[in-house]
Amino acid sequence: MTSSASLEARPDFKVIAEIIQPGTRVLDLGCGEGELLAWLIADKKVMARGVEIEATNVRKAIARGVSAYQGDIDEGLADYPDKAFDYVILSQTLQETRAPLRVLTEMLRVGRKAIISFPNFGHWRVRSAMLFSGQAPKTELFPYDWYDSPNIHFLSINDFEDLCRKNHVPIERRYFLSGRNRVSWLPNLWAQTAVFLVG
Amino acid sequence: MVVETKIASFDSIALDCGASLSPVDIAYETYGHLNGEGSNAILICHAFTGDAHAAGVSHEGKPGWWDNMIGPGKAFDTDRYFIICSNVLGGCQGTTGPASTNPATGKPYAMGFPVITIRDMVRLQKMLIDSLGIKCLLSVAGGSMGGMQALEWAVNYPDMVRSAIPVATTWRHSAQQIAFNEVGRQAIMADPDWNKGDYYDTKPPGRGLSVARMVGHITYMSDDSMREKFGRRLREKDKLGFDFGVDFEVESYLRYRGSQFVTRFDANSYLYITKAEDYFDLTNGTGRLVDAFGSLTTRFLVISFTSDWLYPSYQSQEIARVLRRVNGDVAYCDLRSNYGHDAFLVDVAEQTDLVRGFLESTSRVVEAAA
Repeated sequence: MTSSASLEARPDFKVIAEIIQPGTRVLDLGCGEGELLAWLIADKKVMARGVEIEATNVRKAIARGVSAYQGDIDEGLADYPDKAFDYVILSQTLQETRAPLRVLTEMLRVGRKAIISFPNFGHWRVRSAMLFSGQAPKTELFPYDWYDSPNIHFLSINDFEDLCRKNHVPIERRYFLSGRNRVSWLPNLWAQTAVFLVG
Repeated sequence: MVVETKIASFDSIALDCGASLSPVDIAYETYGHLNGEGSNAILICHAFTGDAHAAGVSHEGKPGWWDNMIGPGKAFDTDRYFIICSNVLGGCQGTTGPASTNPATGKPYAMGFPVITIRDMVRLQKMLIDSLGIKCLLSVAGGSMGGMQALEWAVNYPDMVRSAIPVATTWRHSAQQIAFNEVGRQAIMADPDWNKGDYYDTKPPGRGLSVARMVGHITYMSDDSMREKFGRRLREKDKLGFDFGVDFEVESYLRYRGSQFVTRFDANSYLYITKAEDYFDLTNGTGRLVDAFGSLTTRFLVISFTSDWLYPSYQSQEIARVLRRVNGDVAYCDLRSNYGHDAFLVDVAEQTDLVRGFLESTSRVVEAAA
């Protein structure tokens, strides 16, 4: 789920914006208020579409000039023809979907490539929070109480790589971030956010 | 801003039913100025009982029916865009309709008027737009029946329509919508004063038309908005009257609306326009909306309202979903409102954000392409 924060405030947006080639066709699932797409339209001249469930976010996205559709992600994907997009983006939302594998498969049906970012449940703070409190971990990265969290799946970087391997989804590029910094050593322990380009 | 309704006349128009009308007049108003490139024209299409007077104030001091959306700095910003609104074919506010004089007889057409369609209305609007020297419309927008016209525009004249804003509308009239229209028609035709449509020299069927309008008004509101507006409040009395006079506020309101309507609307126009709505099916009966939209490059902003039960949100969602299926450029939002179908006329704050942003981005796309 995208917040109202600007592009600068979301390190994964910066990486995603780097990956996307100018003039391509981009679908952003859970596009929030459309900040990323508005930036991509202005700076990369992409053909942009968004899907977002929250009416308030959709309204702000459309007011920004983004063609956003109010609906859920599953419905959002089912309508599109095969390979309608060059990139399908799912930022910080995979852990909120009911059937992540189906979402990934559908993303690669409607898009040539999928860009997926998610908070890393393998981060050392999450591990230590769980270890020392004995409770569902509550950290900067996962700030919710277990009973009001939008997250219904918890995955680490290794989990995602495992999912791709088992389902023969080629990983083209991977980016690991801690705050704004890139992480290269033991990413599953040190990275807060992962961005994968797959397909 | 005092505005004036103008009339454009054409020799003839061919209709979907096979007949033609000649001559034909169309009443219209314009606001703002057409720019040098002719790229800022927007056509506004009115709903069932609307007219060409969409914005500004008439000589009689009457504000336009969408004055809260059209004007300087408003959603349809007349400082930036050139706005046109015309009265529909079959109407009774300046455009040729059943009350107009049939040149063959020298009398009103009455029921001799041909049955018209939404596409016929759009065909006449196209003649007007051509005559104004406009090659391309930045947008065609409208709510309810106005939305049907916007859809017909996009499908029939795709090269002329850069964007369309169908609001609180449908791609084909449903059984429920046809049913309510039929109740209205039957109320009019059951009034002895209707006289098979021949009442222009005598008394119009005011009672029937008034009942038709009362039913219409109920469908434009919602359970919530009626409860808020009227509840069970009594009209100028403390206790029930135990007779069949007016007890409740809601009765008084409907009677008032009905009687007001009779003074401004022609009963035969009511029959013809509701028939045109009922015949409306963008797919001409095939049900294959994918084919109708084909490879449109028109951008769409589709808007529905959560409490609209006359044109429920699912109908707008169908439009938006099929546009996505054909890879169209569509934005869709289901705006929260308690006002029912009337929301598109009265609940305009959020609608304004959507329309303004959509028109600005459409302008950018058009400029980039030029």
